[in-house]
Amino acid sequence: MLRQIGVPLAAILIFLALWEFIVWVNGWPNYKMASPSDLPAAYAKYWNLFLVMGWQTLWRTVAGLLIAVLVGTLLGMIMGFSRIARDGLYPLLVGFNAVPKATLVPVISLIFIGQHDFNTVLMAFLISFFPIAVSVGIGLSTLEPEYRDILRALGASNFTIFRKIALPKTLPEFFGALKVSVTLAFIGTNLVEIISPHGRGLGALFQSGATNGDYPLMFAVLIALALLGIVLYYGVVWLEKTFAGWAERPAG
Amino acid sequence: MTNLIEIKGVTHAYTTASGPLPVLDNLTMAVPEGEFAAVVGPSGCGKSTLTRLVAGLMKPDQGEVWLHGERVKSPRKTVGMAFQNPVLLEWRTILQNVILPLEIVAPKMSKADREARAMELLDLVGLTGFDGKRPSELSGGMRQRASLCRSIVHKPDVLIMDEPFGALDAFTREDLWQTMRDLRAKEPFTCVLITHDLRESVFLGDQVIVMSGRPAHAQFILDVDLPADRTLDILYTPEAAAMLHTLRDQIQIAQGRNPEVH
Ligand SMILES: Nc1ncnc2c1ncn2[C@@H]1O[C@H](COP(=O)(O)OP(=O)(O)OP(=O)(O)O)[C@@H](O)[C@H]1O
Ligand SMILES: [Mg+2]
Repeated sequence: MLRQIGVPLAAILIFLALWEFIVWVNGWPNYKMASPSDLPAAYAKYWNLFLVMGWQTLWRTVAGLLIAVLVGTLLGMIMGFSRIARDGLYPLLVGFNAVPKATLVPVISLIFIGQHDFNTVLMAFLISFFPIAVSVGIGLSTLEPEYRDILRALGASNFTIFRKIALPKTLPEFFGALKVSVTLAFIGTNLVEIISPHGRGLGALFQSGATNGDYPLMFAVLIALALLGIVLYYGVVWLEKTFAGWAERPAG
Repeated sequence: MTNLIEIKGVTHAYTTASGPLPVLDNLTMAVPEGEFAAVVGPSGCGKSTLTRLVAGLMKPDQGEVWLHGERVKSPRKTVGMAFQNPVLLEWRTILQNVILPLEIVAPKMSKADREARAMELLDLVGLTGFDGKRPSELSGGMRQRASLCRSIVHKPDVLIMDEPFGALDAFTREDLWQTMRDLRAKEPFTCVLITHDLRESVFLGDQVIVMSGRPAHAQFILDVDLPADRTLDILYTPEAAAMLHTLRDQIQIAQGRNPEVH
């Protein structure tokens, strides 16, 4: 327990100390590179903004991620169970995934003008469902026939087989993908928050820092984003431990 | 005694990229109720295909499979299956793994009854005290024992086993033969056992069916005229030795070679 918390904490402290040291050694002024010691002041000054904006970013990311989980799992199921769907959907999905999402922001903003929350959630979803769909699809299509047969031989329905065998068996792959998707969804949210005008959330706060040349604020936002990302990531890790802990083999 | 399993003139071919692959050709065999049929044959001759047909997982191109006087068209709840690979679910404990078929076949059965039934079987196969363990914590032989329990937990009248002991070392295998024998004495079932091991077929079987090379038919059927309460010693008797010889010759024929001269 001490090691689990102590080691990452020590790593963060070392990182901050290094950062402070480099800024100090080079004598960089604030408008070039803020140092960690400038950050508390920025947080103290804007703490209510950080709370409000942080919450905005968080809920929209999580909402987008939840939709990504639903749609991704559904797509993965379709691709996992049907060869035809797999052959048809893969190129489409890969192509879509290859489109830089930043280019989609103006498109989405134009289609759904003024729907800022909706646009942001949509982007978080669009950017993050792909790994989930692929991992569930592969997990299901590579299920050994014998696993299916132990229940099929008893006359179990496809749905029962999915629920009792295929789904739990793909959970480890699913959570692996979810860890990637969490970070992606986060990027998606911030993309919209930063690019689209009159935005909300931490991305917009960053943008206002940039407009006003408030460098400590910009760095403070970056750190806050990193913190949120870590919180979300470990949320997924916790879910994984709870639902797919069996996949972890004792070391050695 | 009536025939519980009847396979009448079954012919089957797989569709492959390079055209149809005939696997079974007019295969006919029957297993009376309560009897144990061991099936041997050259590798790739269609033994696993036979098990899938009997289980109703596939339909034959031609011919019929009958269980209990009913034509098999789809899977039935009264069948148990075991494979070479124990296929235990890693996210379930051993006890929960054994219970799995009951969740499908007897959804109304109470949890306590299910667990009691599973524990009874685990005791029978010598896995007392391992019910709470994960499959990865067991040895290969223990996993296969657990898999056996799972295949009979719902008291199937037909047990289909596809080389269940194939991956085990010789001693563990002999242990499991005895476990099978004891299980049969306690819980009668009709059994089709696919195996590569002629000694296994003679020790466990009431009849041994030798399948020919692909496309396979029943090339030879040996009645194993040995007492039901066999011990491993019986394999060293002249009767058993003669049967093993006969089977050996038949396998050679099935493989397309001339039997050795004794
Ligand atoms: N789903 C399938 N599609 C196409 N061909 C198949 C399929 N399953 C089996 N075959 C082919 O059918 C033949 C018989 O297969 P089967 O698995 O029944 O043999 P087997 O007697 O069980 O072999 P082994 O003793 O090695 O287990 C093999 O040549 C195999 O390649
Ligand atoms: Mg086989």
